[in-house]
Amino acid sequence: MAESSIVVGEDAGRAPARPRRELVRLERVGKTFANGVVALRGLDLAIGEHEFLSLLGPSGCGKSTALRLIAGLGQVSAGRIVWAPGAGRHREARRDIGFVFQEPTLMPWATVWGNVYLPLRLERVARREARPKVEAALAMVGLTGFEGAYPRELSGGMKMRVSIARALITEPRILLMDEPFAALDEITRFRLNDDLLRLWQAESWTVVFVTHSVYESVYLSNRIAVMAPRPGRVVGEIEVGAPYPRSEAFRTSQPYNDTCRRVSAKLHEAMA
Amino acid sequence: MSRTLSKPLPERAAPEAAPLAEGRPALSAPRAERIARVLAPLAIGLLALALWEAVVRVNHIPHYILPGPLLVLKSLIADWGTLWPSLLITLQITFMALAVATIGGVGLAILFTTSRWIELSFFPFAVILQVTPIIAIAPLILIYVDNTYIALLICAWIVAFFPILANTTLGLNSADHNLIDLFQLYGASRWQTLLHLRLPAAMPYFLGGLKIAGGLSLIGAIVAEFAAGTAGTGSGLAYRILEAGYRLNIPRMFAAVLLISLTGVLIFMAFTLLAHLILRRWHESAVRRER
Repeated sequence: MAESSIVVGEDAGRAPARPRRELVRLERVGKTFANGVVALRGLDLAIGEHEFLSLLGPSGCGKSTALRLIAGLGQVSAGRIVWAPGAGRHREARRDIGFVFQEPTLMPWATVWGNVYLPLRLERVARREARPKVEAALAMVGLTGFEGAYPRELSGGMKMRVSIARALITEPRILLMDEPFAALDEITRFRLNDDLLRLWQAESWTVVFVTHSVYESVYLSNRIAVMAPRPGRVVGEIEVGAPYPRSEAFRTSQPYNDTCRRVSAKLHEAMA
Repeated sequence: MSRTLSKPLPERAAPEAAPLAEGRPALSAPRAERIARVLAPLAIGLLALALWEAVVRVNHIPHYILPGPLLVLKSLIADWGTLWPSLLITLQITFMALAVATIGGVGLAILFTTSRWIELSFFPFAVILQVTPIIAIAPLILIYVDNTYIALLICAWIVAFFPILANTTLGLNSADHNLIDLFQLYGASRWQTLLHLRLPAAMPYFLGGLKIAGGLSLIGAIVAEFAAGTAGTGSGLAYRILEAGYRLNIPRMFAAVLLISLTGVLIFMAFTLLAHLILRRWHESAVRRER
C-alpha cells in the first residue's frame, strides 16, 4: 500500500468525492525485462472510477511501464492486475481502454479522418456507420473541418488533438495517457490541459495520466501517485482537493502552491 | 525541397496552421535553380558532343574506329527498323523480370515478417544470389534452362529481386512501434496490422527498391543477352550490339548503347514520378509546431 496519504485543500467544499467504485487495481505488480532490468517491484495502486489520477516520478521510475501493463501491452512478471467486473482488457471489452502516447503516433499516410477512424476500422465498423462518431470525436477536440488534412500539415498540438480524438472514438471507460503533452510548448500544453479537464468533466471517464511535471499533475488530477525509481514503485499518494472546473486562477492560488510544494517534497523524498 | 516550401496552404488548414503560408514568396529563387539544373548539364553535354564531332572530323577518324555523334544519330534513324523490335524484346524481358521480382520480393518480405525463422533461413541465400555477379551465373543458367527467353528472364530477375526484397523487408519492420502497440491494443489481427500498418509504412522503402530494381533489371536483361550471345535465339539490343560488333558497324553499336541508356533513364524517371505521386501527400519529415 501507499506509505503515506496526504489530503490538501480542505477548503475545497465542491471537490469531487473519493472515488466510489474501484475500476482497476494493481497488486504487488512487478515487471522484469528480458535483459534483467527490474522496472517495477511491489507496485500497489488502486484506480477508482471517474478519477483523474496522475503517475508522477522521475524518468526511469517505471511509470510508463505501469501504464502499458494496465493497457495490457506486456505481461506482469509478478503480482496481478484486477479489473472491476465487466471492464478492462477482455477481448470483447477492449474498447474500454483509450491510450495516448507521448508522440501523436499518427499514421502519416492517412488523413485526420482516417486516423481517428482507425479503432473502429479495426473493429470492422463501416465508414458510413462510423462517420457520426468520427465527427463527434473531432468536434470534442476542436478539429472540425480538418478531416481531410494529413498529419504533416498539422502543428504539434493539433496532432496531439487528433491522437486524443482517436482514443476517444471508442468511448473508453479509462483513458491512459503517457506524458501526452511533454513534447509540446507551454502555451499549447496549458490549452490542452484545460480542454482535457473540460472533456473529463463532461464525459466522466477515468484518466490515468503519466507525467514528470509536478505542476501539470497538480493542475489536472484529483489524486497523484508519486513513484520512485530502482525499482519502480509507488511511494506516496497525495489528494488534490481543489474543485473543478479549474482555470488559470487556480495556477496562482494558495492551495495550488501548497500542493505543489508537498508533491515536490514527496518527489525529493522518493529520489533520495 | 522547393516543392515543400512553395506548396500552397490547404484551404481547410485555417488559423492555427497559418504560418505555413510564409514559404510562398520563395518561389522565384528555386525556379531559377530549376532552369539552371536543366540548362547546365545540357550545355556541358552539347559541348562534349561538339568536341567529339570536331575531333573526329579534324583527324579524319574512320567511322569503323570512332563515328561522330551525328553519324550515330543518322545510324539510329536509319537502323530504327532493326533496333526498335530489339528494344521491344529487351523491354519485355526487363519488365517481366521486374514484375516477377516485385511479386516475389514483396511476397517473400511479407513471409519474412510473419516468421523470424523463415527470414533467418532464407535471407543469407538471397544475399548470396545478390553478391554473385550475374555475368558469372548467366552462362550456367543458359546451359540448364533450355528456353533462352526463360533463361534471360531468370537472369534479369536475380538482379532485380534483391533490392525489392531487402527494402521491403526493412520497410515492413520499420513501422512505428507505438502504432504496432496501438493495433495490438485494439485487437487487430495479423492481417489487419499488415494491411493497414506495415504495408503503408513500407511503401516509401518499396518504391525506393523499385527505382533501383528497374534499372538493374534492364542491366540484367542486357548482360544475360550478352552471355547468351549470337548463339541464342535472342534479338534484343545486346544481340544487336554483338552482331554490329562482328560486322564492324560501330555507329550502330553506339546507336544501340544510346538506346539502352535512354531506356534506363526513362525507367528511372518513370519510377521516380510514380514514387512522387504516391508519397507526395504524406511522406515528408517536416514537423511543424504550433506558435
